[in-house]
Amino acid sequence: MGRYVLGRLGQAVLVLWAAWTVSFVILYALPGDAVEVRLGAAASDITPEQIAALQADYGLDQPWFTQYLTQLGHALTGDLGRSFENGQSVTSLLLENLPATAALAGLALILAVVFGGGLAVLANGVRFRWLSRALLNLPALGVAVPGFWVGLMLLQLFSFRIELFPAIGNDGFSSLVLPAITLAIPTSAVIAQILAKSLHSSLGEPWSDTARAKGAGSVRVLFRHALRNAALPTLTITGLLVGQLLSGAVVAETVFSRTGLGRLTATSVSAQDTPVVQGLVLFGALVFVLTNLAVDLLYPLLDRRTLQRSTRRVARPAPVEVS
Amino acid sequence: MNLRRRALLAAPALALVLLTSACGSSDAADSGDAAGTRSGGAVTNSATSSADATPTEGGSLSFAVANDPISLNPSGIGSGNDTLYVTRQLFDSLTEQDPETGEIIPWLAETFGASDDATSFTFTLREGVTFSDGTPLTAESVKATFDDIKAAGANAQAGAQFLGAYDRTEVTDDRTFTVHFTAPNGSFLQGVSSVALAPVAASTLAIPFDQRATGEGVIGTGPFVLDHYTKNTEVVLTKRDDYDWGPGDRENTGAAHLDEVVFKIVPESGVRTGSLDSGQVQVIGGVAPQDNAGLEAAGHNLVVRANPGISFGLTAVETQPIVADEQVRLAIARAINATDVRDAVLDDHFAVATSPLAANTPGWVDLSADLAFDPEQAASLLDEAGWTGGDGDVRTKDGQPLHLVIGYISNFGPNQGALELIQQQLRDVGIEAELWTGTVPDYLAAIKDGKIDLAWGNLSRADGDVLRTQYSTASSNYYKIDDPELEAALVGQASTADPDKRAEFQATAQELLVTRGHTIPVHELTTVLGADPSVHGVVLGADSRLSQLTDAFIAE
Repeated sequence: MGRYVLGRLGQAVLVLWAAWTVSFVILYALPGDAVEVRLGAAASDITPEQIAALQADYGLDQPWFTQYLTQLGHALTGDLGRSFENGQSVTSLLLENLPATAALAGLALILAVVFGGGLAVLANGVRFRWLSRALLNLPALGVAVPGFWVGLMLLQLFSFRIELFPAIGNDGFSSLVLPAITLAIPTSAVIAQILAKSLHSSLGEPWSDTARAKGAGSVRVLFRHALRNAALPTLTITGLLVGQLLSGAVVAETVFSRTGLGRLTATSVSAQDTPVVQGLVLFGALVFVLTNLAVDLLYPLLDRRTLQRSTRRVARPAPVEVS
Repeated sequence: MNLRRRALLAAPALALVLLTSACGSSDAADSGDAAGTRSGGAVTNSATSSADATPTEGGSLSFAVANDPISLNPSGIGSGNDTLYVTRQLFDSLTEQDPETGEIIPWLAETFGASDDATSFTFTLREGVTFSDGTPLTAESVKATFDDIKAAGANAQAGAQFLGAYDRTEVTDDRTFTVHFTAPNGSFLQGVSSVALAPVAASTLAIPFDQRATGEGVIGTGPFVLDHYTKNTEVVLTKRDDYDWGPGDRENTGAAHLDEVVFKIVPESGVRTGSLDSGQVQVIGGVAPQDNAGLEAAGHNLVVRANPGISFGLTAVETQPIVADEQVRLAIARAINATDVRDAVLDDHFAVATSPLAANTPGWVDLSADLAFDPEQAASLLDEAGWTGGDGDVRTKDGQPLHLVIGYISNFGPNQGALELIQQQLRDVGIEAELWTGTVPDYLAAIKDGKIDLAWGNLSRADGDVLRTQYSTASSNYYKIDDPELEAALVGQASTADPDKRAEFQATAQELLVTRGHTIPVHELTTVLGADPSVHGVVLGADSRLSQLTDAFIAE
């Protein structure tokens, strides 16, 4: 078991390093740098020497590997640096913005599980084939509609016409509802799609027939037997869903004028504010890794078989196709 | 899926996050100068919301802007106009530029004057002005502020551009000082009217320059003080009760009527208009041209002012062989129907350009006769220049097609529509134009690398010196205009502080720019604010940015 945990940690570090490196390369490959972005296109009396001095200040005059190693070295000692744009420490920027995004993503995840799960169960539980088919088509729609459009429609209806919720800001629970729905739609669609598919196959398994033969009602078979088995593949993709929520927050927070990590990502990327973007990527990767670790530890609780086998090597359910 | 496979997925997933956010943030580019400077010229709307009601004291005004201010340090680099809307409330300037006349009038400086060669400027401060921390404003405060800006270099871009040749400030007594330059700085008296050169308190200067962006401890003499600034959310300002030194062009030179001003950062333009409609905010900035009519129909007031400075237009990058030919440049100018462009993508709040400078810029001259649309003349100019063919085909010269690349950045929404129409108009005379766009650094690199023949853009400033910063080959100029007569006029207007002499040089510069086809002005920019009818006295200043809100009040 100790070796297993060590291996997991090693892989986690590898993921963090890879994410960090990939984002550094992407940002470095963009034309120009933070200084040029900040100074803008307007010609002025700023001399090339002054520009060079500012670039040197930020270390942007160094070759890429020096910049990369310096930043990596600082990151390893826990120093994520300061924003090029406003001089604030990246750690404090992340901490300032985290609560708002955590609340938003948390509520969105709850909504997504409730509605996505509900839809999957409903689609497998209804007696009418046409209704089941219609319900099964909803997830595709949920994935297909762009988040900013959904957000703007919700605003139009529930903030501008019927003045139920505020359109802008981070002011209390009521300001959280519409952005959380916006963010939950694509996530719930993925949950519904995968859960409905695995529920369907679970219900076709021989043990479901056995349960029915023993006199269990269809509701009992669905919830007590099939759902428990079908939940595993859905749990497997939780890490991806968390990633989806973080990237969705970029759009949701922008449309609803909320502060948070998504907004910070949008503004930092367009300003080529490398230290902040690197900090955000590292944070995102960390969340991803931790979620997956948590999922791994949850398996045995849902499926005893994984626990029995884990003495040798932990096995998992078959990979899930996310279509 | 095992962890190794998920690890492989992680990197691309995060890269996708980066890409999505990059795409989603195109509105952020709107913070640049062009967006910063939407105001109207030959437009009948006033630059103030209705001021006829009797002022009511108290209340809170909520004002939605598109961009986070980024930095509340007046001399730091913010996000363009939206930053200045906020910082203007916190900081006063030595001089004020009267929006009605363009004249420079006293503010914190009671009197001011320039030496004949425009290399030194003497100011006397008015008495009794204090910073919001209670310390008095003295000549020493101004000297320390200017020295600090000079030392900050490019970090203080907004201020540094007016202090390029700054030598020193000599303090004569508590209220009198002289600013010396190593080269003439004819527009300095206008320059000091900007927020960027506003005096700040000694305690502010003790904070390292790059740590002043949050505005904490950044102290000015303005009619409002900072309550709090939450990045990407809001900036809340409260009134300063003992304020008593507003400039003479205001109705109210004392403390503000409003108790509080809340700037809300709302990036989506549709959300700003919807929030105004549903009463969630009272004033909105960054109104898109297509929303003007809708806002008026909904009963809102529009606060409209043309932006002074350089109008939107095409400027030839004269190191490019085809546009190095003056006849080709003039042919392009004759082929563009600016009125059609304005009518198609804008509305009549926007004026058709009459000169490189917008009509409300001090020093402007009317050159509309030289800018007439004349496709036949365009055709004959091209024939003379050896570009033959036409009649529906792209012209050629020695087998080379007449193909030009027009570059632009998305700093103003209608740019693309305007250029697509111009593209068609040029095609009608046998010029094939390709449109190119990218991020700011991309764009600058493309010009440098000779990928762009004509650059589309504007630059706002309420002084004709903007011609020098844009077209002189001495400053960081992208167009490489090799024209000694033009250069002489551009340098000449900066070598004196006498408004009449400067205007003469500026008139020459405008004529040369147009008659030699260096630049082809198309339309002016107009700044539009939308305001709820209950809001009064919201004014756009001489630079077409939000003025101090001392006249503003809310009355049903």
